Amino acid sequence: MTRVHDMGGRFGYGAVLPEPDGIVLEESWHARALALTLAAGALGRWNIDMSRHARERLHPREYARFSYFEKWLAALANLLVETGVLDNSDLLSCAGQQTPRPLSACALRSKNVDVLFGHGSPTTRDCPGLARFSAGDSVRARRLAENRLVSGGHTRLPAYAAGACGRVLRHHGCHVFPDSNAHGLGEAPQPLYAVAFPATELWVNPEHPRDEVVLDLWESYLEPVQ
Amino acid sequence: MESSENGPVSAHGHLPTDPELRVKALEEILVRKGLVEPAALDAIIDMYQNRVGPRNGARVVARAWSDQDFRTALLADATGAIAGMGYAGRQGEHITAVENTPDMHNIVVCTLCSCYPWPLLGIPPGWYKSDEYRARAVREPRKVLADFGVTLPEDKAVRVWDSTAEMRYIVIPERPPGSMGLDEEALAELVTRDSMIGTGLPMEPQF
Repeated sequence: MTRVHDMGGRFGYGAVLPEPDGIVLEESWHARALALTLAAGALGRWNIDMSRHARERLHPREYARFSYFEKWLAALANLLVETGVLDNSDLLSCAGQQTPRPLSACALRSKNVDVLFGHGSPTTRDCPGLARFSAGDSVRARRLAENRLVSGGHTRLPAYAAGACGRVLRHHGCHVFPDSNAHGLGEAPQPLYAVAFPATELWVNPEHPRDEVVLDLWESYLEPVQ
Repeated sequence: MESSENGPVSAHGHLPTDPELRVKALEEILVRKGLVEPAALDAIIDMYQNRVGPRNGARVVARAWSDQDFRTALLADATGAIAGMGYAGRQGEHITAVENTPDMHNIVVCTLCSCYPWPLLGIPPGWYKSDEYRARAVREPRKVLADFGVTLPEDKAVRVWDSTAEMRYIVIPERPPGSMGLDEEALAELVTRDSMIGTGLPMEPQF
């Protein structure tokens, strides 16, 4: 019911290896992969939810084997072909002739980088109607962490929180709904809430009875608890 | 592998497998088609390698430590408060600041991918994006803190923020007790990247 990217709480992993401040793009190709992904995204042929879903849709064996920026590159190549920006033959003949495309009018120019990335893409929208929940309300996350619009589709409800009871800490306003937006089904904005779940509700052996995990969850992921 | 909406897709398999060659090949294809400008790639790399990084977040924390009105505004609306310092943008369109207190320690993770407040902290470090951190931080945050050499008092609760939406989180650590009298610039020097993710504590001032 879930994909390999949904890692929260999984067993079997070893120590986290801290790194000193300052090192983030260890290899020059990491920087190039990051920049290429951002510049290609600026062509406007997909949104952030589609690009996350493209990484999640990598074959589970590839997802596990690839390093972080290898996932980005593989997902980028797949997205470019899926959205018709490139076709498979372009990838196969990478050393051959490459003719300019009409879409090149949309290519990101260096002079626009600061403005584009300095502004970003806010996801708050106006919502019809009132928010169903407010701070302090008791809620339960839906028992099944699956997309309800597209079978096997993108969702942001992690499996470890599915079915768990928590309380609303904050209402973040209305935000674009990834389960819809990742599939080109529209932004369908919904109220978004920070919901605190006691560790005792999530884990059989919590480390401490007072610890909590907070998740940002869209209204349709939640149901009221009396 | 079949290509379909929700099955595995494998167009990337047509590219070289070595990641360095793979990124070069894809860049060359996109540049030759006029879809990517090499100078734009250089500008993006310059932005995230040289200009946008955890020193931004450190200045925000230092101000929160020394200016109570700013701290109040930051905790109420961090997006607005940091915009006033010139910090905004991609992967930081919506920001919430959470404060560590004597009773509560905050840690930020993204179990589903690698969401991180870029305008304040830059590109996330490797460990933040690792399977180990993503899997363990929500279930055993105190053991993860031990990997960073941090031990919390038993009576302090841990609140882990799993960044599952477009809200990005920054931790405002507790101000070191020995830092009285320091100005904002000196305070910012004490603020480490990890202390703003919650896996570290700020440095003690050295006199």
